[in-house]
Amino acid sequence: MSLLATDPNDRPRLRLPKSLRNPLFVLAVIVLLGVLVMAVFAAQIAPYDPLDMVNMPFLWPFADPSSPLGTDQLGRDLFSGIVQGSRATLLVGFSSAVLGLMIGTCVGALAGYFGGWVDIILMRVTEIFQTMPTLLLIIVILAIGNPSIPLIAISIGLAAWPMIARLARAEFLSLREADFVMAARALGYPTGRIILREILPNALPTLIVGASVLVANGILLESAVSFLNLGDPNVVSWGSLIGNGRTQIRSEWYLSALPGVATVLTVLSLNILGDRLTDILNPRSGERS
Amino acid sequence: MSLLDVENLRTAYTVKGKTFYAVDGVSFSVGAKETVGLVGESGCGKSTLGKTVMRLIEPASGKITLDGHDIATLPEAQMRPMRRKLQMVFQDPYASLNPRQTIWQMLETPLKVHGVADPAERRRIIEAMAEKIGFPKASLQRFAHEFSGGQRQRIGIARALILEPELVVCDEAVSALDLSIQAQILNLLVDLKREMGLAFLFISHDLSVVRYISDRVLVMYLGKIVESADHATLWNSPRHPYTRALLSSVPSTDPAKKIGGAISGEISTKIPETGCRFRARCPIAEARCALEAPELKTLPGGNAVACHLA
Amino acid sequence: MIPKPPVLELLKLEVGFPGAPIVKGIDLKIEEGEKVALVGESGCGKSLTAFSILRLLPQAARITGGQVIFDGHDLATLPAHELRRIRGKGIALILQEPMTSLNPVLPIGLQVAENILQHEKLSRRAAKERVIELLDLVGIPNPRERYTMYPHNFSGGMRQRVMIAMAIACNPRLLIADEPTTALDVTIQAQVMDLLEDLCSKLSMAMLLITHDLGAVAQWTDRVAVMYAGRIVETAPIAPFFAGPQHPYSQGLMNSSVDDGWHYSSHRLTEITGNVHSALGERGCAFAPRCPLAAPGCRETPPPLELAGPDWHVACYRRAEAMAPSPVAASH
Repeated sequence: MSLLATDPNDRPRLRLPKSLRNPLFVLAVIVLLGVLVMAVFAAQIAPYDPLDMVNMPFLWPFADPSSPLGTDQLGRDLFSGIVQGSRATLLVGFSSAVLGLMIGTCVGALAGYFGGWVDIILMRVTEIFQTMPTLLLIIVILAIGNPSIPLIAISIGLAAWPMIARLARAEFLSLREADFVMAARALGYPTGRIILREILPNALPTLIVGASVLVANGILLESAVSFLNLGDPNVVSWGSLIGNGRTQIRSEWYLSALPGVATVLTVLSLNILGDRLTDILNPRSGERS
Repeated sequence: MSLLDVENLRTAYTVKGKTFYAVDGVSFSVGAKETVGLVGESGCGKSTLGKTVMRLIEPASGKITLDGHDIATLPEAQMRPMRRKLQMVFQDPYASLNPRQTIWQMLETPLKVHGVADPAERRRIIEAMAEKIGFPKASLQRFAHEFSGGQRQRIGIARALILEPELVVCDEAVSALDLSIQAQILNLLVDLKREMGLAFLFISHDLSVVRYISDRVLVMYLGKIVESADHATLWNSPRHPYTRALLSSVPSTDPAKKIGGAISGEISTKIPETGCRFRARCPIAEARCALEAPELKTLPGGNAVACHLA
Repeated sequence: MIPKPPVLELLKLEVGFPGAPIVKGIDLKIEEGEKVALVGESGCGKSLTAFSILRLLPQAARITGGQVIFDGHDLATLPAHELRRIRGKGIALILQEPMTSLNPVLPIGLQVAENILQHEKLSRRAAKERVIELLDLVGIPNPRERYTMYPHNFSGGMRQRVMIAMAIACNPRLLIADEPTTALDVTIQAQVMDLLEDLCSKLSMAMLLITHDLGAVAQWTDRVAVMYAGRIVETAPIAPFFAGPQHPYSQGLMNSSVDDGWHYSSHRLTEITGNVHSALGERGCAFAPRCPLAAPGCRETPPPLELAGPDWHVACYRRAEAMAPSPVAASH
């Protein structure tokens, strides 16, 4: 008991959160910031419109300084494609994650806090969504509607929320019994206030970590959708670039590989960030190891 | 009429489809400005009883009368104004404070919820309370994890008292604290009781502490009250064999005063179907104890005991 | 007669985390068959001291100085494989939490037997008989049937008995008990402590009891060492200590614990003001910031343990003043 129960205050505060000193984490943050900057300033960074034929077809990377990463079968600039494509990719990734986080948190919070019949009904609905194959659900939604970036984001978000709902339910289920929630009930706080102001801030870190995985998933799913030619044909994304390079994969493999590398790096960085986010979002991080 | 009257209260738990009563037909009362101690071993139902009185756990049956109103079945919306009068201090000074709120937020929210709309008025109340509990005003904007266990428990007490309740349920309020801090908190509770005219239901497994702070003590065993007595009588001439066993198990700090032989056995979750619940461990149990459950009999002088042989 | 060497001797033991010393030079002797209590509040380093004896320290904690002498060896520097032979056989350990100290998926008999087989060459059958004997010795009814039961079939008190059986299985010369009854009810505490006391005399085993409960110290040990902020401030035999402790911190502890017959209506508890965090960065006596008797001299260098009576050592510059009858001391 007394072994490690020393109050955080009696140990000198000599460290930042451990995560901030981890080189892998620093690398991941640099990659993500880079991608973000790329997406925001895409118009300034990209030399050409990625849909314009600007050069000779099948230029290999580094062969021509005006198209540093080469061109595709129609002579479109791959570098511009990756830069411009990051916009659609990130947009879909983040907005689908936000949507998933919102739906999942609402469902999970209500199920976990109220329990009983509310829990049973909400969890059955969650399971129905969870047992449906994700990609199939997205394809069906896209087939019904007109493929566009918002619809892709919505369909991915609709497919992804059950994971968050389960996390949220577990958090609410255990926090509902916490002493400080008991205290809030004893003080007569309204239920909405208990859920939103007492429990949610404590559950949020876990949920945000979960959502960081959703962003990565969203990016991958967007790639898959575009690869299958189900995406918006007028918008370039990393997935559509990979899909476009598919036919030349044996000879001009760089057409798929380079956007693929961008996707992998981003997704990996998001996962690393997610792993470390727990420490950063903990108000006590750095004091308790 | 007492401040709090509990009549035949039962609280049910369902484990694996079987229902059992953690609190099984308990009656007692707490007078205004009185401190009633509730003592017993872990698993006896004392904490459940406290939380049921607070309506944090729903009672299965029975009456809880606070200031003349039966609150046992009151819907939460009508319960809310009653909560001003009835507050609780929790055991764990770490778990009972929201880690994501400042001390100020923790003290201000109850006031907001209970209709103190004027911010200047809230400030005045909070600062007066900080002063009362000996908590530096300058630290109110900090988070709970920046404080030691003793300071946190002061905050927990302040939060319970900010609405100026009449009755405070203290659930093991000093059990998690170190000895020197425990004395500080006990003194604080006594001071506040005198200053604010509080009544306490003081729940603890620690007999020395209960004995020190209580005017009257209830001894609980397996969901039932087995003895109720004023503090002096309870320590000098306990009637129930369980009370006697508990008392003789407390190690004295006088090495010459060896404790009387420990009683055998342990409190179990299996409640015997008939008879006295303590009989398996009781050194003086008779045949009759296995058949008939003893009622809590009131003795001349107001004390009560539930034992055929006392 | 040549006096027997002590079972265990801690010499200037220092333990700490990187950049944060916790135990700051402890000297403690435990004689053959002696029951010694190490008392202090949470964070004072008493558990860390106990764990460092067998070098079972949490990650990042290190013994940074001093010696742990057991049986002629310095356990602080002994190679790991030799230390393993002493763990369990020479020195055994009982932990606070009987609910988590046992492996939930193994029958308890097997767990005790495993411990014996680690240290002694016995057939499985002989080991089983030994275990049944041991379970009987620690007061577990029907040991033969209980042998094959799992920990979840046992109550807290019974599990602690199993832990004790496991600890004494190889006749250790020293038993370290870290808050063995803190998680238990008071009636069970009395049973378990009576058992430990009984076993100590039956097996002529010494015991180091780590506790924060002064009552348990008075009832079940021979000598007490009071720790504050990583140092021993007073060590004395039980009887004179409880009749009148000499260190202001010991006195404070005694006065803040509720004694027989005290009631709030007539007796105010004496507080030790402040908290233990004030010891942080203190150059002199760690207790000085909270001490009612502190003088400027106390803030310069930590006071050494000095002989203050037969077998009685106190680390206080103001011992004479502390022993003078004062209202505080008189009320006790």
